[in-house]
Amino acid sequence: MRFLVMICVMAAWPLGGLAQGFAGLGTDAEGFSVPRLGTEIVFPEDHGAHPEYRIEWWYLTSNLTGADGIEYGVQWTLFRSALAPEAGEGWSAPQIWMGHAALTTPDRHFVAERLARGGIGQAGVETAPFAAWIDEWRMAGTSDISDLSLTASAPDFAYDLDLVAEGPIVRHGENGYSVKSSEGQASYYYSQPFYRVEGTLNLPEGPVEVTGGAWLDREWSSQPLSENQSGWDWFSLVLDTGERLMAFRLRETDGGQFTSGTWIAPDGTASAFGDGALTATPLSTTRVAGRDVPVQWQVELPDRGLDVTVEAMNDQAWMETSVPYWEGPVRVRGSHGGRGYLEMTGYE
Amino acid sequence: MKRRALVALLSHWKRHPLQAFALIAGLALATALWSGVQAINAEARASYDRAADVVGAPGLDRIEGPLDQQTYVALRRAGWPVSPVLEGDWQGLRLIGVDPLTAPPGNAVAVGDLEDPSAFLRPPGAVVVGPDTRIEAEVRLLRSEDVPAGVAYADIGIAQGLLGRPGAISYLVLTGPLPRGAAELGTVSPELARAPGGDGQSDVARLTDSFHLNLTAFGLLSAAVGIFIVYSAISLAFEQRRTVVRTLRALGVPLRDIVGLLAVELLGLALIAGAIGIALGYAIAAALLPDVAATLSGLYGADVPGAIRLRPVWWLSGLGIAILGTGLAATGAVLRLLRMPILETARPEAWRLRTQRTLRRMAVGGVLLLGLSAALGVAGQGLIAGFAMLASLLVGAALLLPLILDTILGLAAHPARAPLARWFWADGRQQVPGLSMALMALLLAMAANIGVSTMVSSFRLTFTGWLDQRLASELYVRAQDAGQAQDLVAWLEPRATAVLPIVSVETRIAGLPADIFGVADHPTYRDNWPLLSAVPGVWDRVAEGEGVLINEQLSRRLSLAPGDTLPEGERVLGIYSDYGNPAGQLLVGLETFRDRYPQVAARQFGVRVPPERAEALAQEITATFALGPDGVVDQAGIKAFSLRIFERTFTVTRALNVLTLAVAGFAILMSLLTLAGMRLPQLAPLWAMGVTTGRLARLELLRAVALAAVVAVLSLPLGLALAWVLLAVVNVEAFGWRLPMYLFWPDYVELWGWALVAAALAAAWPALRMARLQPGSLLRVFSQER
Amino acid sequence: MTDTPLLRVSDLTKSFSDAGRRIDVLNGVSLHLDAGQSLALTGESGSGKSTLLHLIAGLEAPDDGVIEIGGLRTDTLDDAGRARLRRSDVGLVFQQFNLIPSLSVGDNIAFQAQLAGRYDGALVKTLADQIGVADQLGKYPEALSGGQQQRVAIARTLAARPKLVLADEPTGNLDEPRADAVLDMMLRIVRDTGTALVMVTHSRRLAERLDRVAHLSRGRIVA
Repeated sequence: MRFLVMICVMAAWPLGGLAQGFAGLGTDAEGFSVPRLGTEIVFPEDHGAHPEYRIEWWYLTSNLTGADGIEYGVQWTLFRSALAPEAGEGWSAPQIWMGHAALTTPDRHFVAERLARGGIGQAGVETAPFAAWIDEWRMAGTSDISDLSLTASAPDFAYDLDLVAEGPIVRHGENGYSVKSSEGQASYYYSQPFYRVEGTLNLPEGPVEVTGGAWLDREWSSQPLSENQSGWDWFSLVLDTGERLMAFRLRETDGGQFTSGTWIAPDGTASAFGDGALTATPLSTTRVAGRDVPVQWQVELPDRGLDVTVEAMNDQAWMETSVPYWEGPVRVRGSHGGRGYLEMTGYE
Repeated sequence: MKRRALVALLSHWKRHPLQAFALIAGLALATALWSGVQAINAEARASYDRAADVVGAPGLDRIEGPLDQQTYVALRRAGWPVSPVLEGDWQGLRLIGVDPLTAPPGNAVAVGDLEDPSAFLRPPGAVVVGPDTRIEAEVRLLRSEDVPAGVAYADIGIAQGLLGRPGAISYLVLTGPLPRGAAELGTVSPELARAPGGDGQSDVARLTDSFHLNLTAFGLLSAAVGIFIVYSAISLAFEQRRTVVRTLRALGVPLRDIVGLLAVELLGLALIAGAIGIALGYAIAAALLPDVAATLSGLYGADVPGAIRLRPVWWLSGLGIAILGTGLAATGAVLRLLRMPILETARPEAWRLRTQRTLRRMAVGGVLLLGLSAALGVAGQGLIAGFAMLASLLVGAALLLPLILDTILGLAAHPARAPLARWFWADGRQQVPGLSMALMALLLAMAANIGVSTMVSSFRLTFTGWLDQRLASELYVRAQDAGQAQDLVAWLEPRATAVLPIVSVETRIAGLPADIFGVADHPTYRDNWPLLSAVPGVWDRVAEGEGVLINEQLSRRLSLAPGDTLPEGERVLGIYSDYGNPAGQLLVGLETFRDRYPQVAARQFGVRVPPERAEALAQEITATFALGPDGVVDQAGIKAFSLRIFERTFTVTRALNVLTLAVAGFAILMSLLTLAGMRLPQLAPLWAMGVTTGRLARLELLRAVALAAVVAVLSLPLGLALAWVLLAVVNVEAFGWRLPMYLFWPDYVELWGWALVAAALAAAWPALRMARLQPGSLLRVFSQER
Repeated sequence: MTDTPLLRVSDLTKSFSDAGRRIDVLNGVSLHLDAGQSLALTGESGSGKSTLLHLIAGLEAPDDGVIEIGGLRTDTLDDAGRARLRRSDVGLVFQQFNLIPSLSVGDNIAFQAQLAGRYDGALVKTLADQIGVADQLGKYPEALSGGQQQRVAIARTLAARPKLVLADEPTGNLDEPRADAVLDMMLRIVRDTGTALVMVTHSRRLAERLDRVAHLSRGRIVA
């Protein structure tokens, strides 16, 4: 549920006045399409952009290990935000794109951001073959996205990774229709959590060869948040057993919460869990960028005998971007071992 | 007790309202001229600062060359952090199209109340202008304090539409460091060049500095003239209050308290006068700013709004000058008071001895200052030294004035036989100390007038002559882009005598920003180019690529003469004058230029046609090609434009001339009025001996005019020295060029006339009072009660 | 010597207005003086003695009455005429501020004579000798003592050879010995040159040294 960072596009807006915060997404979506239960997700078309929806992203996170055993995290995200429900052409196209790239080591966290107008070719997504790009950052490969190459660069870091899918695409919720609140807000949401990764990280001190896994999230919607929701905590965990868990908790302004998740078997079989089936409880916080952010969690899914502690690999994985948030690799201990990614938004 | 003492001290002003008026008026005038000038300067500077904060502004490197949207996207996709800028003329404004998403961080236009970005980005879009800009276009207007006058911002897509140039980009700014592994510029597009950030802003600041410097000098001078008035008023007031002070001390008021009270009194007066002066200054600035703004925008392309705003910077400096000036003017008087023994008899020191001593002391100071000025002229370096030289020249000459006047009047009295004639000169001599401050003010005002108008007129004469040489082509055309340029040349070739490409790139020479121009080998240049010095056969050698021509400012900055070698290795073949340009400039042959910068395509051309056909051809070009508003400019138009600008400059200069002269006239009036009372004992014996008051009044008037005439004559050499320093020292230090000096006798004669008129007007009222004097007033001089 | 006296004053009246109030200063004064004679005018402060002197000198015009100098009416003269009178017919010496500070002592002595067109270098030299400033002619008045200044003023007056010398407390600022010396000199020169002298003084002692004394009280001559 990374969707929400999308708003940031607006906050990134140099003309200002739009930093309405994460809650702003709960407003009505005039003229935009709204996800409907029962709509079939179709490939390769749905790997591409859906300009008639307000927000959309291609969100890849990767847990990697160097030859010396040092662990790394990599994030590559392309957001799309529409000012109007149409693709358009040239400078007048109402589509705005934003890229975030991050590289996390146990003691450092590199971040870069790019913004682009749609309609002039500076950023976009194509499906045959698949390519998503903003400036020179690029995620591209086969139409079925089973074989991708991924690059991003910044003055202080760069990476170049090859991704091969070793399992099927997983649809969340009801066949890809993912409910986000008790009031029925929803999005289309599918993932490819089975990538095997090889490649090179470019750090200030030199290149590092790495291997590991990656998880791609695809989501699009027009009104994904309820008005009383203030932020979320999102987990993508790859367990040593070969099983995977996507879990999120939407925090409500009155202290309540809405939880949801998908349990993914090693063969890709998905089981959706609705509100209340899983719990995520902060255990300790750390001071990051002037705020207290929970970097140690207890995540429980009693139905699958899961009771784990999830801990940030690097507490300081703060995304100092147009709208800032926390996003970084985590380690999993307890009933299951493993690793994954954690995203937290709305911590003021 | 202090209160009583203060009342006793203040009662003086009640009994001498004229002195109080002179003090306050002098101070207010000084403050007014100073703060008026400061207000203009502050307004201009603020607008430069605003301009510095925007996209496309200087400091950032640029990518130049043949650019379009595809090239831009290709560069972005090769990792280059560039942001597109499209500039064009629209509705009389410089419309700057930007892409807010890629604009350099912190450099974007902040439009505070823009709630919906769509309104800015998407058709019909919106245009952001400064608070004072007026346009009549049917677009949504947004206002922002951050947008300078004369500029409008829009989204680049909207700007392309408004300018009718879809897909066009003027240049790209590099917004940050390159990412790792970014492609070489050449692999993206071989025609692109990375240019160092144009220092455009500081150029404007440096160019206009000259103008502001002139204004500031004028302001300071006027303030100085005003301070002279204040000095006389305060000195007189303190002198006349010696008795009060002595009495107060005899009554047991400590001297410290008295000085403190006087300080409070003076501060109060300074604040009152300062406030009046600031109000007047505001009025002056408001009246002059439109002309100043027009001058700045015309001469230097710097846009300044035509309305003045209250800025703390200048009203504070106005109050500062009022207080500082009062302090300065009062220091001597207060010191004399401090040294005064309590029992000193009231008998004033013999005036002649004191006067002679003072005159001599001032003259010694004056000679020392003139010596300092000469030494600075020989050994000084830099602009500060130039101005120090100027200041010491002016003050030194002013200090010498009383002794010179005294000597001249002494000499004039010598051959006079008639008793009244003798008395006329002798008495004039006696008045010199009392009038010296006012006469010094007149001398400075006139010298400044002569100096500044000589400089401005010399500049105009030189500049117009230079324009004739430099603008040899009948027409100048500028294409919107390289493609249009090609079409234009093809179209022009059969229609014109010659089409001369004008190509240039920005570069750095010895670390300083400079432009390199390529010029064709053509008689246009050979016959007309304003060369100051050159090696023999210079144009052949330039055409063959043997070396370069450099402009005067570069040659002065690097101390290069023809035959020398630039730090970059090129041989200097000649030096040409290049007025109005702060940067260095190099001229190379067109072939050499093309070899060196193959990616720079010519977009500007000089077109030679028989002059009588120029206008028709210009119309044809405009009809055939969609050029910008300044796409075709004819030589005559540029010259007319330049002269119009100078007229504006003259308006401002003339206004300030009149003001300083008026202040000097006022100084004379005030001095004469305060002297009038003291002079009765000197005039009464003459009246008693049978000289009518009417005759005395006529003589008084005549004497004021005679003194002004002497000062006027003396002001000529000083004014010319001032002009010389401005032209040959300050200009060279400030801008790197030296201007020949021309003399404008009719102007000087006119100025002399005005000075005499000012003196006569100033003396008229005191003379009238004299003529109407009742016998009783004169008789009182002799009577015992006095 | 002649039928007509050098100076004749008949029924002279003069009043001033002060703050709207009329003050009668002279209420019908008559007197006469022959050439070579000297007359002292005495009286209290405000008795009108200075005003009488000023009217005779043509510094001011009378309200009524007749003034004749050398047989010619001067009371009816206009401003320019009175100025001419002062220039060529009378000589004035005041208590102070007689000299022109911007002119040298020599120039001061010669000044009125030149103004009147009667400059005589030899006379100026003689007078300078007589008053004892012959070696100080190049100095300026401020360099002289008060007594010297008064003597220079007298010399200046006499150098112009007026018919009538009018002196208003000429020794008022001087101590007794100096006052006596100045008066001695003045009387001597007046007698030598046959000039008439009218002197205002409040000092009875000095007044008695003149040929005649006229005492004024409330604008009338009482003795």
